[in-house]
Amino acid sequence: MKPGHGEVLLAEGDPRVEEDEERLIAEFRRQLDEGMWAAVPTTVAGSGRREAQLVKDFSDIPAEAERVIFFPRASGG
Amino acid sequence: MLLALLVLALIAAVLAVSLAVREVRRRLEARPPRDHRTTRGALDLGLYDPGRERRAEARARELLRSCVNEEEWAMYRDLGFIRVAGRHARRESDQRTGAGSAAYAYLIYPHKPIVAYVPESGQLLSEYCVEFPDLTGSGGRHRLPASDDVLAKWMALTSDEDRVIRRANMHLIGRQHDPARVRRDLWRLAEWERRRAVPQRTK
Repeated sequence: MKPGHGEVLLAEGDPRVEEDEERLIAEFRRQLDEGMWAAVPTTVAGSGRREAQLVKDFSDIPAEAERVIFFPRASGG
Repeated sequence: MLLALLVLALIAAVLAVSLAVREVRRRLEARPPRDHRTTRGALDLGLYDPGRERRAEARARELLRSCVNEEEWAMYRDLGFIRVAGRHARRESDQRTGAGSAAYAYLIYPHKPIVAYVPESGQLLSEYCVEFPDLTGSGGRHRLPASDDVLAKWMALTSDEDRVIRRANMHLIGRQHDPARVRRDLWRLAEWERRRAVPQRTK
């Protein structure tokens, strides 16, 4: 999410492909270095409830995740 | 003789002016019309584009819709806010019955503080002012589209409630939200849930 623009596609690829994975990791780190938070929308097994999972490392991303959403970190308004 | 020469000179001058005027007019008419769009486009670089925000909001709504569940999306679409159950005091029985029976819950509004309240009594607890500042160095001129702001709050609350509440500025209800309006929203929410429940019972 980019203020003033909304959703912007940063990178896409298959993490099982080495070349794609390197690119995805580089973009992931770049976003976190810029101070963004990363979250993966998930569905709680059983209840079907939707929630987000914050990820701080590329390896934390669930294998079944289709996307990672970066958004500016929260601060007191 | 001199008079005749002066008259001839005067006639020649008048003819020359007349021809010059005609030539200027012809050239002006032959010029291609000015492309106002091009000219405006060159001048408008960096100016406000209302379409960009509208498109960004449309994309943000689709993104929000794809992340939250059907009930939350319908709530936002119909009422303009989303309710998220608080986690701390949630008992297992609450988890089974949904957000409506949680010990406390939040109302997420776009570009307004998050409101905490007690679902059972409707008591308003506090408002948490939180924002997602522009980190791109544009001087804070831009902010997230409304639906992205809601999604960011939703993701922050559902993933790490403690962290977002710690970062927020807490105030009593009334600083930015009109308490009467929030109570009316709670009433609207109750009515909305009642209406949604009716068709499900009749199935």
